[in-house]
Amino acid sequence: MKLLVCVSKTPDTTTKIVFNAAGNELDTNGVQYIMNPYDEWYALVRALELKESPLGGSVTIINVGPDANDAIIRKGLAIGADEAVRINADPKSALNVAFQIAEYAKQGNFDMILLGKETIDYNGSEIGAMVAEFLDLPFISYASKLDTADGKTATIQRDIEGGIEVVEVATPFVLSAAKGLAEQRIPNMKGIMMAKSKPLNVLAPAPFDELSVPVHYDLPPAKASVRMIAPENMEELVRLLHEEAKVI
Amino acid sequence: MSNQNGTISKRAREDRFQAHDYYQIDDLLSEDHLLARDAVRTWVKQEVSPIIEEYSEKGECPTHLFKGLAEIGAFGPSIPSEYGGGGMDEMAYGIIMQELERGDSGIRSMASVQGSLVMYPIYRFGSEEQKRKYLPKLGNGEFIGCFGLTEPDHGSNPNGMVTNIKEDGDSYILNGAKMWITNSPLADVAVVWAKDESGIIRGVIVEKGMKGFSAPEIHGKWSLRASITGELVFEDVRVPKSNLLPNVQGLKGPLSCLSKARYGISWGAIGAAMDCYDSALRYAKERSQFGKPIAQFQLTQKKLAEMITEITKAQLLAWRLGTLADAGKVTPAQISMAKRNNVNMALEVAREARQIHGGMGITNEYPIMRHMMNLETVLTYEGTHDIHLLITGQDITGLNAFQ
Ligand SMILES: Cc1cc2nc3c(=O)[nH]c(=O)nc-3n(C[C@H](O)[C@H](O)[C@H](O)COP(=O)(O)OP(=O)(O)OC[C@H]3O[C@@H](n4cnc5c(N)ncnc54)[C@H](O)[C@@H]3O)c2cc1C
Repeated sequence: MKLLVCVSKTPDTTTKIVFNAAGNELDTNGVQYIMNPYDEWYALVRALELKESPLGGSVTIINVGPDANDAIIRKGLAIGADEAVRINADPKSALNVAFQIAEYAKQGNFDMILLGKETIDYNGSEIGAMVAEFLDLPFISYASKLDTADGKTATIQRDIEGGIEVVEVATPFVLSAAKGLAEQRIPNMKGIMMAKSKPLNVLAPAPFDELSVPVHYDLPPAKASVRMIAPENMEELVRLLHEEAKVI
Repeated sequence: MSNQNGTISKRAREDRFQAHDYYQIDDLLSEDHLLARDAVRTWVKQEVSPIIEEYSEKGECPTHLFKGLAEIGAFGPSIPSEYGGGGMDEMAYGIIMQELERGDSGIRSMASVQGSLVMYPIYRFGSEEQKRKYLPKLGNGEFIGCFGLTEPDHGSNPNGMVTNIKEDGDSYILNGAKMWITNSPLADVAVVWAKDESGIIRGVIVEKGMKGFSAPEIHGKWSLRASITGELVFEDVRVPKSNLLPNVQGLKGPLSCLSKARYGISWGAIGAAMDCYDSALRYAKERSQFGKPIAQFQLTQKKLAEMITEITKAQLLAWRLGTLADAGKVTPAQISMAKRNNVNMALEVAREARQIHGGMGITNEYPIMRHMMNLETVLTYEGTHDIHLLITGQDITGLNAFQ
């Protein structure tokens, strides 16, 4: 089986989010980056498990981004992917990312394309559906279980509101991974050393005109401090809830 | 998050550790160093932090972690991969030790002994046959090893050792006793240093189960409680001649192993110090007295400022030592200085951090007392603080103050 896993880079969960002066970009100063956990822990590891199963095959990881992303990509190789591709672009929209991935995937004959259900920074959950659309493939989102006996059809469990859904789908398809699909693997020293000699191919992006660009980000209002109101002063509480908090 | 073989259930002490890199030393490290560091840090957060307080409290070694240490690649990372090591450089080895000791000095000791004191002498001084027989199994954790140098009456002065070997046909007969031996009660193989009939120190590989060999545990330690320590007792143990390390004679055998391990300790101690500092910084910002966070008081800031300064200096020392080691230029005296300075630094940081935590600082809600007690061993083993002063003293004056 030929498996493609899309991996992206996100700020570490402890990052304090600050925007630039224009308010249209994240201020990346001092930001620590990690591989998006849904891509790493679930999509990538499940792909590796399938490759290690009797079905065999190969796992390619793909990232659309600048060379600063190579460290994240190298981690994917250290965890066990066979090779990596980076489309050398600085995309401003999910559509562009999806387009670049699809353009690459078109030539690859992949049986499955896996990615996380969302990134933990912008939480867009858009790329998977867009890639599937560009490639005219089925898209199975929020997968928490994926099994295939022959590599031709797969049984997939999806997390849906209040329950689960089980679907069967023929390869090739695009799948977005949710918690439960696999378990995090920590790269070991052997993997880290092997990753050094695995190919990381850098490709030029296909021409693409952005359809949308972010113009401004606003942070949620700072939390106001708690105000204590005496229990007998019910009227004041109602007034504040009505006039200041505007919730009643 | 496995704890299959552990007998003590995990307690959910959240490990909120965040690294501190005041001088952007990360910029001096390569991509694989950073990957290795993050991997071991994640492993420690998942496997060590949740259980370590309980194992320490009970004075029990989390033996299930030997497998995990092997899997992550903490045993002999700088030994070539064909012999079961990781094929990495010395900088990577140091960084791995730092992260392990950030978790606990006892866990780091498990790895130091296995890699630097057991795999390294076999790799460096062993026959090809010995290397093939022992190294892969030590690397993958199938075998646990220990290193026997110290004796009940010969600690700082190992040259005075009385443990000895006498030739008898195709064997040596080994007699004597070793003391304070990390991992000994669990060990499958022991690298033992003993004098031959002409009084020359030789290394022999002793295997568990050889007749006349026992390894009783030493109880009652208030330090390194999650690491097992014991004796090695040899009563007419018949060791095949093929178990003698052929390629070294004299004290330089064990001393070169100690240099390797001390190098790792000079990194490891930084890990313990970073954990104490990180906890103290967070506590000082969260804890209020007299209506403000204690971090706002000048005396607390002085403590914190001095802690991060000393940690940063130690990081630079370790980094420079790493570059010298990778260039093959490092001297034992340079390693000695870093071991002494960095361990002492860590102990002082732990003591200051303890004060910042107030009464909470003496409990196992925080890692401080555990690190502090552990570091008392680290200050003493692999050459005591004072012995390292004498090593530097001799190096710079040319005069021997040991005797
Ligand atoms: C938990 C633990 C684990 C250990 N693991 C191992 C192991 O795996 N393998 C192993 O071989 N050993 C191990 N050791 C032993 C350790 O290396 C020794 O304890 C250490 O070398 C000191 O020896 P000693 O305890 O006999 O103290 P001593 O040598 O008796 O020293 C006592 C004091 O006298 C001072 N002193 C001694 N000589 C001089 C001098 N010439 N000038 C000035 N001061 C001096 C010392 O600095 C020290 O303060 C371990 C020790 C501990 C506590």
